[in-house]
Amino acid sequence: MWLALGTAAVVLLALLWELARPRLASALARSRAGAAARRERAAQSGYDPGRERRAEQRARALLRSCVDEETWAMYRDLGFLRVWGGLGDRAQGASYAYLVYPHKPIVAYLPQTRELLNEYCVAFPDHTKPYGSARLPDSDDVLAKWMALSADERHLIAEANMHLPGRQIDPERVRRDLLRLARWERERAARSADSVPAA
Amino acid sequence: MRLLRLKPGHGEIVLAEGDVEVPEQERELIEAFRRELDAGMWAAVPTETSSGRREAEYVKSFADVPRDAERVIFFPRAAGGAPGSSR
Repeated sequence: MWLALGTAAVVLLALLWELARPRLASALARSRAGAAARRERAAQSGYDPGRERRAEQRARALLRSCVDEETWAMYRDLGFLRVWGGLGDRAQGASYAYLVYPHKPIVAYLPQTRELLNEYCVAFPDHTKPYGSARLPDSDDVLAKWMALSADERHLIAEANMHLPGRQIDPERVRRDLLRLARWERERAARSADSVPAA
Repeated sequence: MRLLRLKPGHGEIVLAEGDVEVPEQERELIEAFRRELDAGMWAAVPTETSSGRREAEYVKSFADVPRDAERVIFFPRAAGGAPGSSR
């Protein structure tokens, strides 16, 4: 009797499996199709937080390898960097400078008075849009601006759209950033002085 | 020497890498260089002055690239623009 019951149970399970299998296969296929559609939508929208983060990490490493240690530290600590105007440094008498922000206009100003001069709207769009977006990672955008200003300031400024301060970046924010920069430089100079061994 | 290109969503990619003193590798570098310029990219070489200051210089042909340059960086050419509100 137990043998008969066992056999009946096995047959019943086999029948149930046969009945359920098409539904399970269909549900699995739907799940796979949904995942593929989600991946495709993500690729089309060009936004993948993990990929963007990795891209920005690469871009930061490249920027760091190209600019001075001080310039890198400025960007790391403050989120922008300063480029002296006229392809010269302060010691050579640069009378103006630029603040370079990622994906924002370049702001020209007078370091002596902190007077804002102009905004230069410039972008480096990659029209091939490899991941659905023409925007470089933040630090690559900063690197492109730095290279362009350093290599041929006049050309970059000629390519840019010039506006009065306040067109895109709040002037108060820029003034605050200039104060942050001044404080940062003071603290850095103090640290540097502290680290010099006494004679 | 390595030819790098800044790329959205990725960071830099290596386009070509080789020794300019090896003719075959130099040819590959030159071909990759031309492809990028033909695609409308700008090319710059990060440099360092004798005083230690970091700079960059544009190069418009492979002949302009210093023979001892480690990297040439290609990036999309600048366009005057007003990206979305950034306040």
